[in-house]
Amino acid sequence: MINPLRRLFHVIGEQFMSLAFDVGGICLMTWRIFVALSPPRLDGPETWKNLYNVGVKSFPIVVVTAIFTGAIMVLQAGLYVKQYGADGLLGWGAGFSVLREVGPIMIGLMFSGRVGANNTAELGTMKVTEQIDALRALAINPLHYLVLPRFLAMILMLFLLVVIGDLTALVGGAVTSQYLLGVDTELFYWSLVTYIHLEDFTSGLAKAAAFGFAIGVISCHFGMTVSGGAVGVGRAVNNSVVASAIAIFVLDYFITFVIQ
Amino acid sequence: MSVETERADGQRGFVGNFLYGVGEPVLFVWETLTGIFRTGAQASFYILRGRINWREVMSQCHEIGNRSIIFITFTLGFLGMILVFQSGFQAQKITGDLQLLGALFLQILLREFGPTITALMIATRVGTGIAAEIGSMVVTEQVDAMRMNAAPPIQYLVVPRFIASTVMMVVLVIFAVAVCYVAGLFTGIYAFNLNPLTFVNLTFISWADVLICLTKALVYGMAIPIVASYTGLATHGGSAGVGWATTQSVVNCSLTVVILDFILSGLSYVLLTFVQ
Repeated sequence: MINPLRRLFHVIGEQFMSLAFDVGGICLMTWRIFVALSPPRLDGPETWKNLYNVGVKSFPIVVVTAIFTGAIMVLQAGLYVKQYGADGLLGWGAGFSVLREVGPIMIGLMFSGRVGANNTAELGTMKVTEQIDALRALAINPLHYLVLPRFLAMILMLFLLVVIGDLTALVGGAVTSQYLLGVDTELFYWSLVTYIHLEDFTSGLAKAAAFGFAIGVISCHFGMTVSGGAVGVGRAVNNSVVASAIAIFVLDYFITFVIQ
Repeated sequence: MSVETERADGQRGFVGNFLYGVGEPVLFVWETLTGIFRTGAQASFYILRGRINWREVMSQCHEIGNRSIIFITFTLGFLGMILVFQSGFQAQKITGDLQLLGALFLQILLREFGPTITALMIATRVGTGIAAEIGSMVVTEQVDAMRMNAAPPIQYLVVPRFIASTVMMVVLVIFAVAVCYVAGLFTGIYAFNLNPLTFVNLTFISWADVLICLTKALVYGMAIPIVASYTGLATHGGSAGVGWATTQSVVNCSLTVVILDFILSGLSYVLLTFVQ
């Protein structure tokens, strides 16, 4: 006999337990990474391979996303600029929103989709096919060999990708303003250089480093705790991407709050 | 006559490497694009022929809509707080006038951030979900079994998800805009000591803004399941393949949203300047 009230409690309890498991697991993963980082013992070739996989291979996607993001922000700012006839503020409006908010968020979400999901899938497949147990049997600590290089590569590469992404977004915005809005590129550049301060750029970079940290920890946690074959890997990737997106928005809010 | 792209030892030479490096991504993008359009065309064909499994549509609506609500509340709530914070501080620094903050916040939310960020969130949650589900069915040969029983996978797997996602995306975007606006309202009240009556200012909002918001939601809702299903059906090669398909699905869906956003924003720019 299934008592509906009992079933309700069962569902609530199950959800709560899985949430607690993931939050606890993420905290534990952070702690273990910090312990493993002091002193850092990195596997050289594995680190280089991950820097390439994480950074260079994400380059095309980040550039395409950034160009479109810049163009979209120019279009949105353009509506207000045209309404009030203040062409000189277009560069400020688009540049400010791209550098501070939209650039890091869009590139971060894209990065979590490409690199975070890929990382969870890769570690998860290794877990499911018992390759991680095989590493342990060979007295190789999977944390040092697999997790640390990925974690460090993600922080460093997201930071660098946002630097490049900001630049391409501004170029995309300048092209859009020239050809779609009829605002001269020189005016766009003048407005950028005059009104945008260095803090606008650096606060975006601080966000990028924080997002890289969060994506690294979360994707490694979900990858290392996969169970249940190919279906389990798919589910873990789904959870990892969802958790990364939540982490990006929550971190963004607190960093915005602190930096102001 | 063949161009010499391979050396005697089987390695590609310089020319071969260059041609391979240029050609492979182009072919991959071309294959993905044609695949997505083919899946879309097949799905519309089966919808036009009728015979839709409404029970499956309802269960997909539950999966896509109801189970995303907590996620959407979380992310879009924080987005509302971020946007009001960021714009409020700037307005304080430059003009010191916060009277128009609420009105402009709602307008930019409707035109841009509401539908697009919701679609990106759904692309990550539902896009991975669809690709993982269909991908594991492909890998375990369930899709081949369907084909053998004369049950086209597009009709049984893609069509219900397509209808469910199209409907639920519109609903979710309306919900998301409401959540985001309320979160922004509370930020305005507590962080900037604004009067709620000043913040809730609908004078700037025209029907065009609402129309843009709903059009974007509809288009994203139609595009995401098609892209994700195509990626899922293209899975090959065991559990590593499922992981690959899920990853590819997030990237494809998010890029689709960003590119569609650019096109729709351009169209709405033309529309709005024409109206003014």
